[in-house]
Amino acid sequence: MNCSECETLLHALIDGELDAGHSRDVEMHLATCAGCAEKLTAFRAMRQAMAAAALKDKASPHLRGRIEAMLPLPPARRSPHAPMPGQFAGPSRRSFFGGFAVGTALSAAVAATVVLAVFGGDRERTIADEVVSAHIRSLQPGHLMDVETSDQHTVKPWFDGKVDVAPPVIDLTAEGFTLLGGRLDYIDGEPVASVVYKRRKHVINLFVAQRLGAAHGNVTDRTIQGYNVRHWSAGGLDFWAVSDLDPAELDEFVQKISAALHDGRTP
Amino acid sequence: MRDTITADANAEQEKARRFREAALPYLDDAFALARYLLRNTADAEDAVQECYLRALRHFDSYHGPAIKPWLLTILRNVCNAEFARRGRQETPADFPHDRPAADEAPLWQEPAASPEAALLRRQDDATIRRLIAALPLAFREAIVLREVNDLSYQEIAAVAGVPVGTVMSRLARARTMLRSAWNAAEDAARSISGTPS
Repeated sequence: MNCSECETLLHALIDGELDAGHSRDVEMHLATCAGCAEKLTAFRAMRQAMAAAALKDKASPHLRGRIEAMLPLPPARRSPHAPMPGQFAGPSRRSFFGGFAVGTALSAAVAATVVLAVFGGDRERTIADEVVSAHIRSLQPGHLMDVETSDQHTVKPWFDGKVDVAPPVIDLTAEGFTLLGGRLDYIDGEPVASVVYKRRKHVINLFVAQRLGAAHGNVTDRTIQGYNVRHWSAGGLDFWAVSDLDPAELDEFVQKISAALHDGRTP
Repeated sequence: MRDTITADANAEQEKARRFREAALPYLDDAFALARYLLRNTADAEDAVQECYLRALRHFDSYHGPAIKPWLLTILRNVCNAEFARRGRQETPADFPHDRPAADEAPLWQEPAASPEAALLRRQDDATIRRLIAALPLAFREAIVLREVNDLSYQEIAAVAGVPVGTVMSRLARARTMLRSAWNAAEDAARSISGTPS
């Protein structure tokens, strides 16, 4: 490989877009070429500085209003669904329906699903909202980690005495999810352990607590404010994973964690 | 007859609802890209609105997988139409202290290979934005799709309508230009503040 080829390919290396064969070629060249190695360092530093800077303009409320006006929500249903036994149409339930935009077009089947989700799911929904809020909070500068290390054997003991569970801390670096560290958070008024992972630029918070939402073995998924949320229970613990990662990749994460828990691959 | 009309209206509402859920989370992404491409807030807002209108109209033909690149492709087409309207002339940028950069301006200069050149001083956010905005269009687009919109090379290729290899070389050149401009801005700042370099 010559310098000119390397100068292009090192960007793909920085971006994690190079296959194993080319990565090896580039790294071999970098090992013998001080000029290219120095460029790699400089471009990496520049990329980090750019990642840390606020470069993304936010849409103004005015623009958001204009777009939302183009997409009117269907009018609220006048007569509510027949209440299920033991279910009360409280204000929180109404706001839930409002958020869900129940239109007259909803088929009976879909309506039934919605009602089922509400039935016994109000609290689950509240916790899901809190989990998302905690995730967003954690993304503020300096809030992500209390203990910052990629070593699972450092993260796990750190939680001792801070939460009433020993959260499993699983190293998934080899599978593309980097362990960043851990944090103590509060959800539903209780201290909760959060294990923080990252894929590319996307942070994943994995909240672990003894009892957090309705226990079930299956993974439930929802999207709140654009964040994908997964909840499942295993081994007497509740797990909530939140991220802006693609749904498919978050599912992959959940699957990897579940598999590791199942195999007992925890420190 | 009335039933048919109601059913159609309901289907439209359902489509709008699905579109809202899928596309609204990427409003900031769309605006940020439009802002960097058009370098003007009012034009960017118009472009984003037009993009969402077109996207809603074509939402039936959208079949995944990722909606963000799909939306940004539409947005890019809208911006291109705007460039055509402007008669291939870029309007004055309203990035703070921005000088309109002539496309393909030779601000690309290989920095000297010295240990010092590898060091990169921290620039404030506004300066970095201004430096990105000053890049020629094709390079600006590549770097914004990568660093601001966080797209993969494959997705950038789809949005820009070029092969992945072109994406790679555009990014390489964009970063090289940015690095030179970055160092130049650093030197300028130092000479203004009177600090000996």
